[in-house]
Amino acid sequence: MVELTIFALGILLIDLMVPRDWKWINGVGAFIGVAFAALCVWEIQSMSPGGAVGFYNSLQVDRFAIFFWYLFLAAAAIAILMSARYLDIEEEHHGEYYALLLLSVVGMMCMAAGIDVVLIFIGLELMAISTYVLVGFLRRDRRSNEAALKYLLLGAFSSGVFAYGLSLFYGIAGSTNLRDIQRAVSAQNPHNPVLVIALLTTMTGLLFKIAAVPFHQWAPDAYEGAPTSITGFMSVAVKAAAWAMLLRILVFGLFPLRSVYTPVIVIVAIATMTGANFAALTQSNTKRLLAYSSIAHVGYMLLAFVAMGTSQPGTPAFADGFKGILIYLLVYTFMNLGAFAVITSLRQGNVIGDELDDMAGLYQRAPVEAALMLLFLLSLAGIPPAAGFLGKYYIFLSLIESGHYGLASLGVIYSLLGLYYYLKIANAMLIRAPMETERLSVSLGMRCAVGVTALATLVIGIYPEPAIQSVNWSLGIVKSQTARPIRPIRR
Amino acid sequence: MQNHILSIILFAPLFGAIFLLFVPKENKNAIRWVANIFALGGFLISIPLVPMFWAQRYEPGFKFLEGTSNNWIPSIGAGYNLGIDGISFLLIMLTTLLGWISILSSWTAIENRVKEYYVWFLVLQTGMLGVFMALDFFLFFVFWEAMLVPMYLLIGIWGGPRKLYAAIKFFLYTLLGSILMLLGILFLYFHHHTLTNVFTFSIPELYKTAPLIPFNIAIWLFVAFFIGFAIKVPMFPFHTWLPDAHVEAPTAGSVILAGVLLKMGTYGFVRFSLPFFPGVVSHPKVQSWVIALSLIGIIYGALVSLMQKDMKKLVAYSSVSHLGFCTLGIFALNSAGLTGSVLQQVNHGISTGALFLIVGILYERRHTRDIAEYGGISTVMPLYATITMIMFLSSMGLPLLNGFVGEFTILQGAFTANWKWAAWAAPGVVLAAAYLLWLYQRVFFGTVTNPKNEKLHDLTPREILTFVPLIIMALWIGLYPKPFFQILEQPVNQIVQTIHDNSNPNSPANANVRPTADPHKSIVAKASN
Repeated sequence: MVELTIFALGILLIDLMVPRDWKWINGVGAFIGVAFAALCVWEIQSMSPGGAVGFYNSLQVDRFAIFFWYLFLAAAAIAILMSARYLDIEEEHHGEYYALLLLSVVGMMCMAAGIDVVLIFIGLELMAISTYVLVGFLRRDRRSNEAALKYLLLGAFSSGVFAYGLSLFYGIAGSTNLRDIQRAVSAQNPHNPVLVIALLTTMTGLLFKIAAVPFHQWAPDAYEGAPTSITGFMSVAVKAAAWAMLLRILVFGLFPLRSVYTPVIVIVAIATMTGANFAALTQSNTKRLLAYSSIAHVGYMLLAFVAMGTSQPGTPAFADGFKGILIYLLVYTFMNLGAFAVITSLRQGNVIGDELDDMAGLYQRAPVEAALMLLFLLSLAGIPPAAGFLGKYYIFLSLIESGHYGLASLGVIYSLLGLYYYLKIANAMLIRAPMETERLSVSLGMRCAVGVTALATLVIGIYPEPAIQSVNWSLGIVKSQTARPIRPIRR
Repeated sequence: MQNHILSIILFAPLFGAIFLLFVPKENKNAIRWVANIFALGGFLISIPLVPMFWAQRYEPGFKFLEGTSNNWIPSIGAGYNLGIDGISFLLIMLTTLLGWISILSSWTAIENRVKEYYVWFLVLQTGMLGVFMALDFFLFFVFWEAMLVPMYLLIGIWGGPRKLYAAIKFFLYTLLGSILMLLGILFLYFHHHTLTNVFTFSIPELYKTAPLIPFNIAIWLFVAFFIGFAIKVPMFPFHTWLPDAHVEAPTAGSVILAGVLLKMGTYGFVRFSLPFFPGVVSHPKVQSWVIALSLIGIIYGALVSLMQKDMKKLVAYSSVSHLGFCTLGIFALNSAGLTGSVLQQVNHGISTGALFLIVGILYERRHTRDIAEYGGISTVMPLYATITMIMFLSSMGLPLLNGFVGEFTILQGAFTANWKWAAWAAPGVVLAAAYLLWLYQRVFFGTVTNPKNEKLHDLTPREILTFVPLIIMALWIGLYPKPFFQILEQPVNQIVQTIHDNSNPNSPANANVRPTADPHKSIVAKASN
C-alpha cells in the first residue's frame, strides 16, 4: 500500500528527469504524479479502517497520516499550478524543480506516518534537503542564494540537535520505535535529568522545524529569498509536515512527559505570538510580512497544543485542541497558499512584486485577484465567514475548555495586531492608487490555483461540516451526545 | 411564505448584490437603478411582516422560527436558526427602511467605483439583518463580524481625507470587542455542555443555563460581553472610534452606522447581557457603574457637541449622548426603561439618520461641513430648512415628535429605579436643545454672509423622497406610540421577569448558592422549537 505510493512517485520522478525540451510537460507530469498518489491514498483509505503497520514497525498508515498526506498532496498540486509561469519569468524552468517538490512530499509523508524515529528523521532530512535546494533555486538572485545558505546551516544544526535528543531516547528505551519509547518513558520519573535533556533537545529540533520563536530566525529570510511559489509551499506543506512530526513524537510518543514539556510550550507559544506579531507590524515586504504572520499562526496553534497538554485525553478540551490544530493546518493550507499565489502572480516581466508598494491599486489592475486576496487576508485574520475563523474558533474553544483564560485573552490581543497588518495589505490593494496602470496578466494555472484555494477558503468557512467531519474521522472521534437534565453546579 | 419570510428578507439584499456583479461596470445609471430597486424591494418585502407580526404580538417567545438548532454544523451544534420578537422586529423594520433610504441618498454622492459601492452596501444590509434575526450564537457571531468588512470598505474607499485611519480604527476597535465576546460565547457554550452534556449554540437553550453560572464567574463573562457591546454602542470610554468613523464615512455610511450599527450594541445588551447574567446586572454595584457610564456619556456627548465646528462631528457626538439615554433605560432594569430604550433606539435611527442626510445634502453642494461657512441658508433653501427644523425638533425630544416619547419613557423608568439618575440625565435633554438650536441658528438664520451660498438649489424630488418616510415615522411615533408599546410589551416583560426571578441583590455573597432550585420552570423563553 504505502510501497505503492512511494514507488509510484519514484517511477514518476525518474521519468521526469528525462525530458528537457518541453519544459511545461514537467509540470504536467508532476501534477499527474500528485493526482496518482492521491488516488492511491484514496484506495488505502477505504482499505484500512484501523491503520496498517509496515516496514518492520517503522511506518504506520493510520487515518491521522492519511489526513496529512492529502494535505501535502493538495499543497503540492496547488504549488505546481502556481509555478509554471513564474519559473518561465525567472528563466529557471527545470525538471529538477518538480522532482524536488515531489521528493519533499515523499519525505513529508514519511514524517507523518513514521512511528520509528529513524524513519521520521530520514523523512525529515529528505524533505529538508529538497527544500534547501528549492529555496536556492533562483541561482542568479543573491537573496535566494543567501536564504538557501542560511536555511541550510541553521537547518543542519537543528537536525543535529534533534538527532542528539532522539539518540538519548534510544539510550533510555533501547529501541527507536515510538511505542517502545513511550513504554520506557512512562516507567521513568518524568523529571529524570537525562530524560529532560533528551526531551529538550528533541523539542528544539521540532520547534525549529515549525519555526517557533526563538528558533524562527531562518524563516523570514528563507521565505523572502525563495521563489514565491516555493515560499507558499514551504509555509504550508513543510509546516504541516513538521506539525505532523511534532504531534507524532510529543503526543503519540512522549505523552507521559507532558507535565514537563507543556510549560515550555506555554513560554514558546507566548514568545512566538509576541515576537512574530510585533515583527510583522513593521514589514514593508509582503513575503516577509506573511512569513512573520505564518510564525504567528504557529503561535496560535501552539496555544491549542497547550490546551491538549494540560487536559486528560477523552475530555472535550483535549479533543477540541487536537481538532483545532488539524483544522487550522487544513484551512491555513488553502488561505496561505492562496495569498502566496496572488503574490506570485504579481511577478511580471520587470517587477519582482514582493514589496507592499507593488500591491498598490491591485484592485484596478486585477479586480478578481484583489477581491480574492481580500478573502485570504480576512481568513488569515480569522474573520468569519472565511475559513480562518474556524481554526481560531477551535483554538479559543479548547483554551476556554481547559481553563486558560489568560492565554485566550492574549490570543485576542494578538489577533488584533494580526488584523492590523493584514489590513495594511488590504489598504494598499483596495484603497491606494496603482503605481502601474497596465492590467495584470495571469496565467491559467495561476487562475486555477487562486480559484481553488479561494473556493476552499469560502466553502470551509460557510459550510465547515465536511472539514470538521474529516478531522473527526482522522482522529477517530465519534460524536456522542446524550442529553441529561440541567443540574446546577455548586462550587 | 409565512415560514420563510425571515430568510427572504435576510437574503434579498445579498441576492441583489450578486445580481449587481453581472451588471457592467461602465453603466453607472443601470447599476444605480438595480441597486435602488433591490433596496426598495428589500424594504417592501419586509412590510408583510408587519401585519403578520401584529397578529401575534402578545404571544410569548420568538416568532417566525426557522431552522433547527443543529442543521448547519451538527458537529459543533450550530444551526441556521432564525426568529424574532418585538425588539428585533422593530430593529429589522428600521434596518430595511434605512437601508433603502441610504441607498437612495447616494445616487449622486457616489461617483467613482459605483458598482462595488452598491454591492458592499447590499452585503452590509444582509449582515445587519442577520444579526437581528439569528437565534444561534454561532450564526449571530458570523453576521456580527462579517458585517464589519463591508463597513470597513465603505469608510476606507469612499470616505473623506483621513479615511484610512478611521477605517482601521473602526475595524480594530469593534474586533477587539467582538473577540472578547467570542470568548464569552465559548464559555457559555462549554458551560451548557457541562450541565447538560450537549454542545449547542442555540440562544433559547443557553437562556436556560447561563443564569446558573455562579456570580464570581458570571461577572467576568458580563465584562467580556459588556466591552463587546459597549464599544459598538459606543458607551463613554469606548466611544473614540465613533467621531472618526462618522466624519470620514460617506453620508449613507454614516446613516447606516448611526441608524443601525450602533443599535447592535444596545440590542446585544437587551438580548444577551440582561437575560444571560440577570444576577450580575441587578447587582447594585454593577448597575450603578453602568448607569454612571451612561450618564457621563449623556452629559459629555452633549457638551462636546456644543463645541464642534464641524456639523457632522456635532451629530456624531450627539449620538454618544442619545445612546447614553438608551443604555440608561436598559440598565434601569424595569419595563418602562427597557421599553423606552428600545423605542428610543428606533427614534435615534430615524432622527439621527435624517440629521446625517441633512448634513450630507449641504456637503454635497458645498463640499464643506464647517459651520462657519454657512449662515442664512433658510432664505436660499426654504424647504430644506423646514425639514431640518422638524428633524432637529424630533432629535431634541420635543413633544408630539418621536424623540419625546422615547426619552420621556426612559426618564420615567430611570426615575422609578432611582430619582437621582433621572435628575442627572435630564440636563442632557436641555443640552440637546442647546446644541441643535444653536447649530440651526448659525446655519439657517440671518442673511447669507458667504457669497458661495447664494446659488444653492433647494431639495430635489429624490432628496425629498428620502425624508418623507422618516418624517411620517417621526410623527407617527410622536402622536400615537401605542402600537409600538404593545409590540414591545411581551418581550420586555419577559426580560424583566427573568431579572426579577434571578436577582438576589441583598446578598451578593450568597449568589453562589442560588435559590432557583428548579431552573426548568423559572427561566425565560420556552421558545425553543
